[in-house]
Amino acid sequence: MPSVELKGVSRHVCKEVDLRVNDGEFLVLLGPNGSGKTTLLTVIAGLAGHQGSVFFDGVCMDKVPASKRRVSYLPQDLVLFPHMTVRKNIGYGLKMRGDEDAAIQDRVQELVQLMHLDDLMARYPSQLSGGEKQRVAIARAIAPSPRVLLLDEPLSSLDLQTAKRLRTEIRRLHDLTGITSVYVTHNLEEAEELGDRVAVLHSGSVQQVGPPATVFCSPLNEYVADFIGSPNILDCDYCRPLGHGVVEVGCKELAIVVPHEGDSVKRIAFLPSDVYLSAGPLPGPRVNGFEGEVIDLQERRDLVRVSLLCGGNVLLAEVPKALSGEIELEKGGRVSVMLKLRRIRTYEDYRIG
Amino acid sequence: MNISEAGTSEIGELSRAPSVEVGRRSRPVSGRLRRPRLTWGLLPIAILVIAWEVLPRIPAFPGYGFFPPFSETVREGFRLIQNGVLLENFASSLVRVLAGFFAGTAVGIGLGILMGWRAKVKELLHPLISLFYPIPAIGWIPLLMLWVGINDLLPIVVIFICSFFPVLYTTSSGVKNVDPSYIRVARSLGASERQVLFTVVIPLALPSIFTGLRLEAGMAWRVLAAAEMIAIPTGIGALMVKAQSLVRMDIIIVCLAVLSIMCFLSEKLFTYLERKVLAKWQG
Repeated sequence: MPSVELKGVSRHVCKEVDLRVNDGEFLVLLGPNGSGKTTLLTVIAGLAGHQGSVFFDGVCMDKVPASKRRVSYLPQDLVLFPHMTVRKNIGYGLKMRGDEDAAIQDRVQELVQLMHLDDLMARYPSQLSGGEKQRVAIARAIAPSPRVLLLDEPLSSLDLQTAKRLRTEIRRLHDLTGITSVYVTHNLEEAEELGDRVAVLHSGSVQQVGPPATVFCSPLNEYVADFIGSPNILDCDYCRPLGHGVVEVGCKELAIVVPHEGDSVKRIAFLPSDVYLSAGPLPGPRVNGFEGEVIDLQERRDLVRVSLLCGGNVLLAEVPKALSGEIELEKGGRVSVMLKLRRIRTYEDYRIG
Repeated sequence: MNISEAGTSEIGELSRAPSVEVGRRSRPVSGRLRRPRLTWGLLPIAILVIAWEVLPRIPAFPGYGFFPPFSETVREGFRLIQNGVLLENFASSLVRVLAGFFAGTAVGIGLGILMGWRAKVKELLHPLISLFYPIPAIGWIPLLMLWVGINDLLPIVVIFICSFFPVLYTTSSGVKNVDPSYIRVARSLGASERQVLFTVVIPLALPSIFTGLRLEAGMAWRVLAAAEMIAIPTGIGALMVKAQSLVRMDIIIVCLAVLSIMCFLSEKLFTYLERKVLAKWQG
């Protein structure tokens, strides 16, 4: 599979973008709406004119039409051909390049089994659910064995559970096929789960490129930090397995339970929005429940950012403005703090960040 | 007026029929043949037929003597069928409609696809077409009588003109309005421009193309009558003109009924074809 390199690419909001996707890599383009993510995908696919150049394995592709690039583009709204059955949709790319019917049938069958679409072959897209359409669109995209796969927020219209399941399937498929892939999203969790590397975009320029953990734990500039959400990062003094996929880690005076397999957590991170504050004692079992002292308050748009001293650590929490009055936050005051267990990221290496 | 008020009229008779409900949704009838479902829409027709039968027989009626009753008109219709006059003229008209309509729509669809797919072709032809489109098809007849002559070709050319322009426009806009995302995906899956056009764009433009065909199939019969009445010695329109000169209102009404039925059937045929082709994927 080829590496993909953009050199000085400009189109619409994108201004002289330089970006490299390594051979067989899964790169996630992360950024808000209008940051130029989709524009970059259409440029790589050869579907949009641009300034600058696109290289596949060092070969300039600027004059190669989209139909000859062997790049599959999966747009946000999937655009399954409504007049074709699932079988014909999946086999479309193979038919267009002139494969024989028997070969098409074999390949379609292979993908149908891979994507669990056996019962849907004769159906039309209008007769499929959102998740089924998604699987058909992915099967169609990879059927012609593309060299590069471009996915434009393909899960954005699905419910959370289906999206999570399909994320796992997309990553599994990538690991199986090794296709160089570029995935566009504005969802941080999706980027962390899928990407070998993440490129954060803002107003058409790349702000930071790196492994998800690096981008999350050490944002290069204020924009990235703000977009990521200025996570709390704590070093761990010890790590004790508790079984059932959770461990207890010691961060100064706090014993925090985190989801992890193994016993080598060196660092944990969580977003300020995943810190729950309460004026009174916390309800229910006190897993990851602590007491903290408010040391600073900052108002930001409709949020209040609260700096807390908690077990020797300085933590950042975010509270909606409407709620901050109920908790009666004030400097020097004491509050109950709870960390949302499933939202805590774990890292096995101090060097991250 | 509701059913209870209809009393012993024909509508009242219908309402007593055991398997038919008037004004209510009938239950689905199983089996291969569905019984005709009667609705409130038939009521005005029934009233019209009754009035048509009764009023022309009243001497005080303004059209007395110039308006044959319904039963006499039906009788004349059967007589015309039996002696072959109606079928002979109908066959002439049908051939002209088929030739003009299929030629006009074929060229209209072909050129419409080109105009919708290639902006340059549209840019080139649009001003010319905009100039000719507003001219009513029957407005061409005097000119065509001189150019084509008074023969079978004249109504065919008029129907061609009548079918060509609207189908051209609906096809062109149907092709142009195909969501570009489909085209982008097809290209990225390796389809050449020709393949994109034939496998994606034209199938997705079919709903628009069918709309044009459906509307113009009926319109062709309307224009045919005008062309035949003005210039041609055979056909339904010509039969109407002859009947008018003999003051045979019953024959004129029979011809009008034939035209009405053919307009209706032509539109229904394309509605059926459209449903047959598109329903399975439109969900």
